[in-house]
Formats: sequence, structure tokens, C-alpha cells
Amino acid sequence: MDDLDITIKITDREGVKHEIQAPTDMAMNVMEVIRSYELAPEGTIGICGGMAMCASCQCYVLSDHELPEMGIDEDMMLAEAFYVEDNSRLGCQIPIIKDLDGLEIQLAPESESE
Amino acid sequence: MIKTDILIIGAGPVGMFAVFEAGLLKLRCHLIDALPQEGGQCSEIYPKKPIYDIPGFPEVMAGELIDNLAEQIKPFEPTYTLGERAETIEKQEDGTFIVTTNRGTKHNAPIIFIAGGLGSFEPRKPPIPNIKEYEDRGVEYIIRDPEIYRNKKVVISGGGDSALDWSVFLTDVASEVTLVHRRNEFRGALDSVDKVAKLYKEGKINLITEAEVKEIRGEEKVESLLIKHKTKGDIIKETDHFIPLFGLSPKLGPIANWGLEIQKNAIIVNNALDYQTNIPGIFAIGDVNTYPGKLKLILCGFHEATIAVQYAYNIIFPDKRYVMKYTTVNGVTGFDGETKKADATVVKSII
Ligand SMILES: Cc1cc2nc3c(=O)[nH]c(=O)nc-3n(C[C@H](O)[C@H](O)[C@H](O)COP(=O)(O)OP(=O)(O)OC[C@H]3O[C@@H](n4cnc5c(N)ncnc54)[C@H](O)[C@@H]3O)c2cc1C
Ligand code: FES
Repeated sequence: MDDLDITIKITDREGVKHEIQAPTDMAMNVMEVIRSYELAPEGTIGICGGMAMCASCQCYVLSDHELPEMGIDEDMMLAEAFYVEDNSRLGCQIPIIKDLDGLEIQLAPESESE
Repeated sequence: MIKTDILIIGAGPVGMFAVFEAGLLKLRCHLIDALPQEGGQCSEIYPKKPIYDIPGFPEVMAGELIDNLAEQIKPFEPTYTLGERAETIEKQEDGTFIVTTNRGTKHNAPIIFIAGGLGSFEPRKPPIPNIKEYEDRGVEYIIRDPEIYRNKKVVISGGGDSALDWSVFLTDVASEVTLVHRRNEFRGALDSVDKVAKLYKEGKINLITEAEVKEIRGEEKVESLLIKHKTKGDIIKETDHFIPLFGLSPKLGPIANWGLEIQKNAIIVNNALDYQTNIPGIFAIGDVNTYPGKLKLILCGFHEATIAVQYAYNIIFPDKRYVMKYTTVNGVTGFDGETKKADATVVKSII
């Protein structure tokens, strides 16, 4: 494993578990890592590009890592999202940093629009 | 039947720019969009955010870019079917296509440009178990005709601009307006929040915050809602209409069933030549297409639109010869006959 990589455990929307390596030196966030590994179909995640404006990247944080505090945008977006739980976060608002090694998350269901 | 040269499905920035390039070749365009306005993602998701990578614009607001595009294509008199989703496509014996929307509007053209972006914007539906049974029986996700709420009781849920703005608007129409939101805080423009606060103080809007609609009840149509309050327990609220306004989310939708080759939620096109799909006469441009190296950027979509239009011209006029002309050299002549042109060189003796 590259020194700059961390390991993240992600359960996708079908319930399949993945253990992936995420780089800490690419200014990436959790949503982008999920997209880069194609763990959710294109068009179902990252719709707003990571501006905390769509909640398509909502995930449940399962491990007890200390995450960056929630900003006002994220908080207000989650106030309007569906399937929100106490451990919900927007993946796009969680930057990949060293401290998150071993982070465990689960993708929230996709919100329905059809 | 609406007839045109190029029928563009999707009035986002890329579909709009295609009108300009087609106009230079004297081809007329009609645009269909599920949204009630043009501009696609730029208008719907981020009109007030800046874009920094449009060549020649160090910074431009997404909404301003759309206004500029609208101005740029105006001479080519595009026509629109807005608020309707293109649903089916049929090839005619004469080689042209008929595209029909979900509201039954029919369009006929020899060339189709799919500029559908991430898909047609559809309302996000809250996960209330029986909500679908009440669609069009008192549950509406989009307000098309406010008059149907005249003298009726309505409950709106949501915490953003559209929930706030419609709550305000409907106080003059409905007999009772109730706004339900999971938080005490709202996310809308300050002005809208203030208006709702004022109407609430005047007793013209009921506010139920820290609460969520959990169940819909009624025999044939919506009669009441079960609203769960965070601390105060369940509330039963009688109402004629329930309007959940939780924003829109794009879905490729019906286009996925048109027999086009799809990969990762996008339409495969021939990027080596003309951005045509596997069905001759149907092109796909902008975010909706894919090919090796594809980037979902506005500037790439503009390029694709420009190329596709040249080939569309060849299909419509197989026998006509044509060379690309610079707009600076030739000017831009609109369908109304007016020409924008570079100033002529001034030749004048000084002494
Ligand atoms: C927050 C955010 C920031 C962005 N920032 C940038 C940036 O800085 N630079 C950049 O280049 N790009 C940026 N983008 C991406 C850019 O907005 C897209 O590349 C661009 O909007 C694509 O244009 P388009 O015309 O292909 O599609 P869209 O803008 O997606 O428009 C497609 C339209 O087609 C309609 N449609 C689809 N299917 C149907 C149907 N069946 N019937 C009727 N209508 C239909 C949709 O309703 C929609 O209005 C950003 C995107 C977002 C969300
Ligand atoms: S990608 Fe839209 S909120 Fe995270």
C-alpha cells in the first residue's frame, strides 16, 4: 500500500461490501472516491458535483472516526434529504485525509423520482 | 404537429448553443425540456454560482451564461415545448422522426439532437409508503396550475426556496396553507424566509416545524396527513392537497428505451466523426453522451454541438456543397433578415 493511501470500507446500495484504497494527496472527497471506483451507477451520485446541494452522496458513518464538523450547507441539505439517520453525512463534504484510515460507511438509498 | 429541421431534446446550455450553430447554416430548431425554463443544470441546480472555465469568461454566473446564450440564439427564433418530457420516438417511412411528449405533443423533424444532460429533471418523491396511490388525487410534486388550489386546504413540505415561495403565493389562493419542515430553519433566500415569517405572524400560514409527513390518508383522494413531530408526537392534519417540494433530480428516463446504445447512463456516440448515435439521424451532445475521453463540461458540449450541426446539414441537404464560415467575416443573419456584422474598414484621407 502506498504511504499516501488510506483504506475505506464502503457498503454499496446493494449491500455489497468493498474495501478500497483512497489517496490523501489528490484533494478528493468520499463521494469522488466512490465515483472513481464506480461503486454507485453514474447519474445516481455526485449530481451537484459536490456542492452539498443534492444529497445524492448521502452515506451513513458506521465507524467512530472523528469527522470534520458539518457545515451549514451540509446540515441544511440533510434537513431536506430522505432516509436521513443520526449518522448521516454527505460524502462530498468529507475530504480524504490520513485520520480517516479505516473509515467505514454505507451508502444511503437513492431517493426516488419516478 | 410541430415541424422543424433539428429537434433538440434538452434545453440546457448545449442544446441552446446548438440552435446558434444550426442558425448559421439556416437550419431551424425546436427545443423540448421537462423543465418549465431553459438552461438545464445551470438554471435548475446552480444559477447563482460562478463558473470559471468558459473560455473567454474569467468568471460568469451560471444563470448569466444562460441569459447570454438566450440572447445569442434569439436571432434564430428557436421555438419551445417546455414542461414536457420527450417520451417516445418513431421513425417514419420518409426517414424523419416523430417525438411525442408525456403530454401528447408531437414533433416532426429529419434530425434529432439529444442534449438531455444527466437526464430529465424529475421531482424527488419523499419515501412515504402509499404516496404513489395518491398521485393526481391530491398529491402533486410540481405546481403547474395554482388555480386548482383555489379555496382548498393545502399542505406543503420542504425547506428550500420553492417550498417557501409557493407557500407565500398560495396564501392568496388556497383557503388554508400549512408548511411542514423537519427543521426550524429554512434554506431559502432571506427575502422568502422573511415573507413566510410575516405571514405566519399574521396567521395566514400554519407552520409545523421539526416535523415530517409520514402517512397519507383518504378513501379516493387525499383527506388527511399523519405528521410526526419530533417531540410532540403525531398530528392528524386535514387537507385537500399535499405538495412535497424537495427539489428535482435528473433521470435518463424514457430515452434509455429508444434503442440507443447506452453505457454508464449515457448514450454512446461516434466521437471520431459527428456525435451520431447508433441510430442514423439521432445525435447526442453534451453531458448525455459518452465516448473514450469524454468530459462532462460545458465547453466540450459546445464543441460537440458545433460538429454535429455540420453533419446534420449534410443529412438534410446531401447534395449541397458547403464550407464553414467565420462569423467575423460573414456576420450573423437572423431569420428575421437582420444582420450583425463587423464594422467596415474606414478609409478616409486625413489631409
Ligand atoms: C453544481 C455544478 C457545477 C458545475 N460547474 C461546472 C463548471 O464549472 N464548468 C463546466 O463546464 N461545467 C460545470 N458543470 C456541468 C455543466 O453544468 C454541464 O456540463 C452542462 O449543464 C451540460 O449541459 P447539457 O446541455 O448537456 O445538459 P443539462 O444542463 O443537463 O440540460 C439537459 C436538459 O435536458 C432535459 N431533458 C433530459 N431528458 C429529457 C427528456 N426526455 N425530455 C425533456 N427534457 C429532457 C433536462 O430537463 C435538462 O434541462 C457543473 C454542474 C453542476 C451541477
Ligand atoms: S454530491 Fe451533491 S450533495 Fe454531495
